[in-house]
Amino acid sequence: MYLIYIITALSLLISIIFDFNKTKQAIQIAFKKLLNILPAFLKMLILVSFILYLVPDQMVVKYLGQNSDLYGLFASLSFGSITMMPGFIAFPLAGILVDKGVSYMNIAGFSTTLMMVGILTYPVEKKYLGRRLTILRNLISLAIAIIVTFVIGLSFGEVF
Amino acid sequence: MKFKIQNILIFSLFTSFLLISTFIGYNPGLAIRDNFIQFAVSMVKILPAAFILIGLFEVWIKRETVEKHFGEDSGIKGFIWAMILASTTVGGTYVAFPIAYSLYHKGARYSIIFTYIGAAALVRIPMTLFEVSFLGIKFTLIRLFTSLPLIIISSIWLDKLIGSDYELNSDDF
Repeated sequence: MYLIYIITALSLLISIIFDFNKTKQAIQIAFKKLLNILPAFLKMLILVSFILYLVPDQMVVKYLGQNSDLYGLFASLSFGSITMMPGFIAFPLAGILVDKGVSYMNIAGFSTTLMMVGILTYPVEKKYLGRRLTILRNLISLAIAIIVTFVIGLSFGEVF
Repeated sequence: MKFKIQNILIFSLFTSFLLISTFIGYNPGLAIRDNFIQFAVSMVKILPAAFILIGLFEVWIKRETVEKHFGEDSGIKGFIWAMILASTTVGGTYVAFPIAYSLYHKGARYSIIFTYIGAAALVRIPMTLFEVSFLGIKFTLIRLFTSLPLIIISSIWLDKLIGSDYELNSDDF
């Protein structure tokens, strides 16, 4: 995490040494771009804070922990798609699920959709890619997540 | 900043909701407020640095360089570079979108930026190491070797599907 600050500071320093005006211009561009996308980020944050209230971690543990069947699989894909959490929360959670005896397949369903399918990031993604591409990209991501989930299930001997 | 009426309405409603919840001690409102603060802080930590790097990229990296490594003639190497770049991305896909957008406007082709976004979701190094420690190396390897080829194939397919006349919006985001 701190690495990005070091890299940014070093890059800025090197840039200033080579060309002060270009560096100034870079910071202006950064500021303008950030300001332009800020409303979309705020909308995403508002969505995130509501969804995480409605679907808290305990609920994910409860649903996935109780149902290791097809219903559980569906739940894992849905929870992963509609929520958003950083890796340092998601994987310890996945670890808890493993200890509870949840199948690797359902954990894969949850973690892969969590990474790839972004319903909550929609406001931000739409600004950059446009509505059509955003929807297409997320549908493809869901399909890939489902394939990965089944391959994990096969590899761990949980299907057939 | 282009603050549309609709946006102003959403933000003021949300702010009032948080203020009133804090005032009267409405528990769901307080939980939502805490979620908001937690995620806002994590974004404030990443976004300024990420956008400064994007700004530096915009002024220093020549269009020809991006075209050579990520453009129409970059071949298979373009995909490999896109995945290497993706693995070093921090934060989440929400950081990958503005980077992909800048790459596109410097001449990267669609299939490359889709591969970059997909790989940034799947193989960010710190996240992957974390995954290995909690779910085991077997899980992570199967996940990577299944998803990455699918990401590349689907990116090429999506590139063909949208066609060459599709333009990403150029409102300077």
